[in-house]
Amino acid sequence: MLAVDGVSKRFGGLMAVDGASLALEPGGIVGLIGPNGAGKTTLFSMISGFVPPSDGRIRFEGTDITAEEPHRRAERGIGRTFQIVQPFAGLTVCENIAVGAYLRHAKRADATARAREVARRVGLAAELDRPAGGLTVAGRKRLELARALATEPKLLLLDEVLAGLNPSEIRDIIPVIRGIRDEGVTILMIEHVMQAVMNLCERVYVLAQGRMIAEGPPAAVCADPRVIEAYLGHGAAARLKAEGAAHG
Amino acid sequence: MTARDLIPIAVLTVLAALLPLVVTSSPVLNFLVFMLIVALGAQGWNILGGFGGQFSFGHAAFFGTGAYATAILQLRYGVNAWAGLVLATAAGAAVGWAIGFLSFRSGLRGSYFALVTLAFAEVFRILANAASFTGGAAGLLIKLDVHPANLQFADRAVFYWLVLALVAAVLLLTRWIQRSRFGAQLVAVRENEDAAKALGVDSLKVKLRAIALSGGVTALSGCLYAQYFLYIDANIAYGSWISVELLLAPIIGGVGTVFGPVVGALTLHGLGEVAKQFAGRIPGIDLIVFGTVLVLAVAFARGGILGLLERLRDRGRGMVARGAKEVSHAGR
Repeated sequence: MLAVDGVSKRFGGLMAVDGASLALEPGGIVGLIGPNGAGKTTLFSMISGFVPPSDGRIRFEGTDITAEEPHRRAERGIGRTFQIVQPFAGLTVCENIAVGAYLRHAKRADATARAREVARRVGLAAELDRPAGGLTVAGRKRLELARALATEPKLLLLDEVLAGLNPSEIRDIIPVIRGIRDEGVTILMIEHVMQAVMNLCERVYVLAQGRMIAEGPPAAVCADPRVIEAYLGHGAAARLKAEGAAHG
Repeated sequence: MTARDLIPIAVLTVLAALLPLVVTSSPVLNFLVFMLIVALGAQGWNILGGFGGQFSFGHAAFFGTGAYATAILQLRYGVNAWAGLVLATAAGAAVGWAIGFLSFRSGLRGSYFALVTLAFAEVFRILANAASFTGGAAGLLIKLDVHPANLQFADRAVFYWLVLALVAAVLLLTRWIQRSRFGAQLVAVRENEDAAKALGVDSLKVKLRAIALSGGVTALSGCLYAQYFLYIDANIAYGSWISVELLLAPIIGGVGTVFGPVVGALTLHGLGEVAKQFAGRIPGIDLIVFGTVLVLAVAFARGGILGLLERLRDRGRGMVARGAKEVSHAGR
């Protein structure tokens, strides 16, 4: 459904993303992990159309969307959340979600009904009439999710929706994400909370210094020496192995 | 829109329509007409600035375009004044769209957009002052020919009712914007443009629609000004005084609200007029009042007069609720 083909982004002398490729089949949750500064969010911004790639192509359901505006991609069914939450602070929670719902429902009553339904699903039903600016961090993360969901996406890009949440809040939101997948939405998520990645993702891609260095089931990827070195530094994999052997 | 959305507009319009039956003095009617014209132009500003968050410092560009369009159409082409009204509104919308296209497409926001609008208004003023087509510095005089077909009425009250009807129509338009998909998207762009785009909002299209509507409404007010006072020159039509009036009224009344611009225009001009009555010998006393009211509004009434009233009402309700609780505690 989504094919990212050798995409690069250069910011001046810095290669933020360097020839990264990934391919998603419909359905399922795929993770995108990697150390800080690996270029994950830049890659997301290129997929959602906020940053034009310096090189490479992006196809969605067979159509080349590399040069399309973000709102056109949203119409096609690519929804995204922002790592730094971007609520419409002056509006209520319901009005925030309704902006997303208006994409597929032109009438106010329909859009509002849809917004209420989405709010219930992500656990914001009690906050509907509160101003979005007054939500807690966890509430804002849920709001990001709800707004994106209200656009009825086929592909949902989640940029660290769990970051900044405490363990019990994470436990609460994991079933919500799983529920979205069960309804047939394909999910690509950037995540640092490994417990959640292991729990949710069928497959993960690992991005390090702009390059895609590994891909596969989470457990296999986490054991991959290249991935361990990307996180812990050169030689770390060998050292860990040696220590493991000594203790074993 | 529901009945609850429409009733306040209907009630206020009917009440305002009864005024000329009570007040018959011409200076007062002149004042009311002028104030309503400013309110109408301010309503135009509010669509773009209040709902869209794109603050314009140069709405004179639209006001003047409306005024000049109707004057030139009547004087040079013999177009009927009523048709001039419609065409002037369309001209304002077109100028709005063009300015919007140039500035929004190149991504101008915030103070940059404000400066560009100011520049456009100034360029128009200088051009209108220089070109013979627009009457140059001498300005344009619309021929006095009192007849309803010429949009000139023997009774000032008729013109007052006409302007009032248009103000009411724009109140309805604004209420519709507030309740529509277009309005939700416009407000979303104001609050956070990137987030809006991610939700499928075509922000350029939404902003262009807003500035075209805004330009049209403000041009309509300029057209009425020309039609009522029958004389314009570049410094009246494209002068910065009107840009300032049109943005002050919504900011003081309540930016991004349906009634804000009308409340603001009424307050400003009401206070200005009172000040002139008491201290008319001091030139520019009304401007001093405007400045003072602006400072007070910015310092103490974020969200303008309407925002202040809402806060007071909420506090009042809170007190009533607390009071009820205490009573019920005492009863136990």
